[in-house]
Amino acid sequence: MRKQFVKTVEDLLNQDERLVVLLGDIGVFGFRNSFATHPDRIYNIGILEQSTISLAAGLAKTDLIPVVHTITPFIVERSLEQIKVDFAFQRLGGNFVSVGASYDYAALGATHHCPADIAILKNIPGMEIAVPGTPAEFDTLFRQSYNDGHPTYFRLSERANAESHNVTFGKANVVEKGKKATVIAVGPILKNVLEATEGEDVTVLYYTTLFPFDSKTLKDNLVGDRVLICEPYYEGALALDVIQACSGRAMKIAHAGMPKRFLSNYGRAEEHDKDLGMTAEIIKQKLNKLIND
Amino acid sequence: MVTNINQLRLSIVQACLASGEGHIPSALSILDILLVLYDKVLQFDPKNPTDPKRDRFVLSKGHGSLGLYAVLADKGFFPKKELESFGQFTSILGGHPDSLKVPGVEVSTGTLGHGFPTALGMALAMRITKNKARVYTLIGDGESNEGTVWESALLASHHKLDNLVCIVDHNHSTDRAVSVGDMKAKFTAFDWTAVTVNGHDQKEIYEALNTPHVGKPLAIVAETIKGFGSTMMTGNPAWHHKTPTKEEYAEMVREWQ
Repeated sequence: MRKQFVKTVEDLLNQDERLVVLLGDIGVFGFRNSFATHPDRIYNIGILEQSTISLAAGLAKTDLIPVVHTITPFIVERSLEQIKVDFAFQRLGGNFVSVGASYDYAALGATHHCPADIAILKNIPGMEIAVPGTPAEFDTLFRQSYNDGHPTYFRLSERANAESHNVTFGKANVVEKGKKATVIAVGPILKNVLEATEGEDVTVLYYTTLFPFDSKTLKDNLVGDRVLICEPYYEGALALDVIQACSGRAMKIAHAGMPKRFLSNYGRAEEHDKDLGMTAEIIKQKLNKLIND
Repeated sequence: MVTNINQLRLSIVQACLASGEGHIPSALSILDILLVLYDKVLQFDPKNPTDPKRDRFVLSKGHGSLGLYAVLADKGFFPKKELESFGQFTSILGGHPDSLKVPGVEVSTGTLGHGFPTALGMALAMRITKNKARVYTLIGDGESNEGTVWESALLASHHKLDNLVCIVDHNHSTDRAVSVGDMKAKFTAFDWTAVTVNGHDQKEIYEALNTPHVGKPLAIVAETIKGFGSTMMTGNPAWHHKTPTKEEYAEMVREWQ
């Protein structure tokens, strides 16, 4: 997805002279062509994330469209108040493109993990959140929303689904139709979800935009009284949206997401998956329990 | 038209009296600086407060809002009677300024250490869009405890933003916690052009704002006194967030009329 991010933004730098890119000393080599072609609109701004986001708000105040890019916790957690006050509270548009989702950077340790990103950002009124599942989906979602006047977070992951869907910003996709349960899959977890639900009589809804949350697609496609929410970050971030969409119906809701704990081992992300229950096999077990209970 | 500073002082205290809210000494310590900026330096049109060519002023120390409101009202950005509504439920004027509500307020501040880097972004934006407007920001010495002030100092000189001026209201408000020390030396070390002035001498402030600073941002360290202009408030920390009694107000009226 990082390569696609560079391609998409390089292209938009050529098309839209309001776009300004601020890199937190990462991705600099990837953007080397843009540094040559647009030296006034791309900056390796340095390792000062809080000021970078306030600075980006100053650009937005002056009718430019900032794109801030660095590693997830340094955008979402270190600079949270800057996103809240300088962008969302003042209703400024801007784009925050992270890299290293949840525990993608397993070997770097817990300081570089950020599985709380979605739950945190969902508490900022007006903050848009996109979780693409493939590079092509990132391209579509970014082009549709980068200049919409809202602060928008794009969660880039090293993990991707095998196939892209025809996504639209703010809309969920109906991937499978069935009768026994509704399964919600967010971004790059869809691959495991489709493996887990193969042969099962369930509806699978695919969400790549988490705010605004497409409650209509969920309401229109709810089957039975069971919902399994599958999220590639700390589980529970979508719970309230799902409960509100199901309002008036007694539902059984189960979660298949990352449990809330620090990871103190290193290795590769795939090595943590089993430990954390982030596999197709575990999703299948949870689905069967939900359906058969 | 040059404003009568004592009338502004009275309007600040009256607003505070009506609402029982507000940081009066912080508003008084920046008043001379604001008057020089709005009387003699900033290019603006109160009837067209979003004119792209206007100079920008960002009150980074947002708790000085009463001082800014009094000056903006005096310059015609909104009617002076709005000041009486300060802090009330439906007022546009709150304890910290809201850029979505108040004509002439460029940035919603209050959280310290946000306005300065936002002003820096505006200055960079002016360069990118080839806009000749200049950007001024006013920070506090207490605010300068925040790391983002020094991140911004580093960035502004690195990018040679000579369209940016940072004025430090050095009223020693947080010496009790952390003294910021020699601010001129610190900004100079960060490769800014830096000068120190008496922040209550309007002639000195004006001259400092005209300091040549080609290729570098300009820092003006204004030595100020919290509550300046009011004998009873000067140097008395009890007044930081206090509303005057009727007797105290009468004393201020006597002093300023």
